[in-house]
Amino acid sequence: MSNADEQAAVVDIVTAGLKRRYAAERRFRLFGLLSVVLGFVFLFALFASIISTGYPAFQSTYVQLDIDFDPAILDISASPGSEELSAANYAGLVKHSLRELFPAVKKRRERRSLYQLVSIGAEYELRNRLLTAPSFIGRKEALWLPANDDLDTFMKGGIDRQLPQENRRLSDQQLTWIDALLEAGRIEKRFNTVFFTSGDSREPELAGIKGALLGSFYTLIVTLVLSFPIGIAAAIYLEEFASRSRWTDVIEININNLAAVPSIVFGLLGLAVFINVFDLPRSAPLVGGLVLTLMTLPTIIIASRAALKSVPPSIREAALGVGASRMQMVTHHVLPLALPGMLTGTIIGMARALGESAPLLMIGMVAFIVDVPQSITEPATALPVQIYLWSDSPERAFTEKTSAAIIVLLVFLVVMNSLAVYLRKRFEKRW
Amino acid sequence: MARIHAGHFLSYMQTSTLLITIILLTFAAYYFGRARSVGTSHSVGGVRYLHSLPKYYGYLTSILCGLPALALLLLWNIFEDGAVTQLVVNQLPQEIASLPAGELNLYVNDVKNLVRGNIVSGEIDATIEAAAKHYSSLLALSSKALTVLSLCLAILGGIVGLRLVSPTAPARNRVEKIIKAFLIVCSLIAIFTTVGIVLSVLFEAIRFFDAVPVFSFLFGLEWSPQMAIREDQVGSSGAFGAVPLFAGTFLISLIAMLVAVPIGLMSAIYLSEYADARVRAAAKPALEILAGVPTVVYGFFAALTVAPLVRDLAATAGLHASSESALAAGLVMGIMIIPLISSLSDDVINAVPHAMRDGSLALGATQSETIRRVVIPAALPGIVGGILLAVSRAIGETMIVVMAAGLSANLTANPLESVTTITVQIVTLLVGDQEFDSPKTLAAFALGLMLFVTTLLINIVALHVVRKYREQYE
Repeated sequence: MSNADEQAAVVDIVTAGLKRRYAAERRFRLFGLLSVVLGFVFLFALFASIISTGYPAFQSTYVQLDIDFDPAILDISASPGSEELSAANYAGLVKHSLRELFPAVKKRRERRSLYQLVSIGAEYELRNRLLTAPSFIGRKEALWLPANDDLDTFMKGGIDRQLPQENRRLSDQQLTWIDALLEAGRIEKRFNTVFFTSGDSREPELAGIKGALLGSFYTLIVTLVLSFPIGIAAAIYLEEFASRSRWTDVIEININNLAAVPSIVFGLLGLAVFINVFDLPRSAPLVGGLVLTLMTLPTIIIASRAALKSVPPSIREAALGVGASRMQMVTHHVLPLALPGMLTGTIIGMARALGESAPLLMIGMVAFIVDVPQSITEPATALPVQIYLWSDSPERAFTEKTSAAIIVLLVFLVVMNSLAVYLRKRFEKRW
Repeated sequence: MARIHAGHFLSYMQTSTLLITIILLTFAAYYFGRARSVGTSHSVGGVRYLHSLPKYYGYLTSILCGLPALALLLLWNIFEDGAVTQLVVNQLPQEIASLPAGELNLYVNDVKNLVRGNIVSGEIDATIEAAAKHYSSLLALSSKALTVLSLCLAILGGIVGLRLVSPTAPARNRVEKIIKAFLIVCSLIAIFTTVGIVLSVLFEAIRFFDAVPVFSFLFGLEWSPQMAIREDQVGSSGAFGAVPLFAGTFLISLIAMLVAVPIGLMSAIYLSEYADARVRAAAKPALEILAGVPTVVYGFFAALTVAPLVRDLAATAGLHASSESALAAGLVMGIMIIPLISSLSDDVINAVPHAMRDGSLALGATQSETIRRVVIPAALPGIVGGILLAVSRAIGETMIVVMAAGLSANLTANPLESVTTITVQIVTLLVGDQEFDSPKTLAAFALGLMLFVTTLLINIVALHVVRKYREQYE
């Protein structure tokens, strides 16, 4: 065979395969595109499912009742002291006005299911009202009071009328009363302030995230106060002072490994060391902050070292050249230039710490705590842990609350991350 | 009782006022140190003949004033309660002091609760009253001693600092030495943390292995950590065979990797090799949002949306799926890991030199052939390292499995059944009542040890591979 024939044969082979190869190329490219699209689908599904279940929780249902602040119903004297007022029969007020609205309801059992429509929170609200303004005694007022969570769920379309009575949480009779109330314009949905102003509760309509938010706040403050200076100091030492040696290598490998240790292991450390050995209080934001400090330190150190590395050596040499000591060179020149990068890293670390829950479960920040914490040594939960706690609850109203708490958490994370991105964009210098 | 309670409150107040006082003293020390250095400089001909700038004399004085006192304050607060408790226990009558450790602890807690005005579980008798009185008097004494000692230390330190001020004293060097020591201590915290993790987990794990042989823990096939309340209860011993947990962890991680590796890797390839710069600039950070979502959110998503979906789909296919199926947890965990894989692979793919791609394309290979035959093999060590990091992340992931996987330790390979994992068991064993003398609580630390060792080994290998690979092309 001649050379030309051989060439022609090769060309034939190549052209014969071309179609198959181009098809493979298109397939490969399609798989790539599909993967990216799939990633976005997951992202969208995640957010859509959370937001669609969560947004109704930002509203809650109120019932208008004509409350007669009659001392006889309240079971108090004509001019009561504050102690007498706080022990008065507020449930009686609600029940009385409901009986007046539906005089036909006579049987005990029926009455009880009628009373169930109004939340127990109505009593607390009435008490607060009387305690702040005792002059209401003897007057009759039309007041909007919080509804029970079943009525609330019904108003948001969570209860199907068509279902047989045994399978839904409201009875036929309760539905007729609700219809009557709706007819009279006595049911209304309003912005749910309780969700932001109260602590946890067993009653879904009274449960709020204020306690968890403050718990998270205290925990993050402890974390920030400890991890920011320590992280920066460690980064400065490793990057600016330490000579390359076995020892600094050990520290460096150690930090990189710590960054990949599962967070729950840090919780075990916190339980064994901070609580069992140092006897610090369980469930306290102080311990939570300490554990999260250890967990976020590697992140902050790695980011701070990167920020220090990006400061050009010429600046260091110039400072040393005019007679600055190494420490002066670092504090006067390198650190101010690296600080925005360090701050960015710290904010990202804080955002991670805010979303972290596993180590907090280990140190007992998972208890049911009604009171809003006042200091870093009081028992508290954190926002993600509150989400975990609520998600365990079987009641539908809590599912809604869980998603709403997630939305709040995500908003905080978005704000923190945007701040980090802004800082990076604003102060990043290209040398 | 109210008065004792107020006393405790007072001691708390004193700690914070003491702290503020010491801080004020350090500020004063700075001012005096600085002023004294300026004053002494007149004898040598002015400020410029001082060894260091005046402010360094101020810094040195304030450090000498504040540091020892604050250290004392910290140490005192850490050890105060333990020491005082020990003193109270020593004073207790013989028959109470010789109680077993657990009961003695309860008794001491009662004493403390009595002092703090909380509810006391036992009966209040004369002995406990006396102990409470003793305890609160010791506390009062301790807080007085602390106040006096720390203030003396602060003033003494300040005076020493002032005495050290002289025109020839190398104040700056001393201050810098102290700052450098602080920097070194901070960089050692990472080491302390690792040592702390190892020691704390190991210590409790060894206590666990005293009760349960290592062999039956590592190779036992049955896991039911419930300890009997009564001796004669059925299944009273509790079984601590961890194989079902290892298998469950493996199964869920495997599902997660089956989801995350193809999607993560392919999207990294697409974004770095095919997509144009604008798409890449928008899509990459958008996908990384997935990495910033807290795991508790994924857990809720898995339990609320994905698990019912999996169950319904299985039902339409005629299969039975548990509502806590391994598949749902694994799928969602995979979604969480996608950005980790894609960003790590993206880094290594971009690190492959362009000359290699150009060479392959010049020989007539299509783009996908170049990627498959040249870029991926060249980037493989880095990609494997990234996948290993993702595996260790999947093994250690807690919230998703706690919320979406089950509690029952089934030894099965069927992804539609419910399995449990190491992390789920750690959480269930430690949330709620803990008794540090029962194998049930200690088992959590043994599991923690396994988790730590496994992830550590994987991480070391992965980081080594990634690092070595990076150096290859740099």
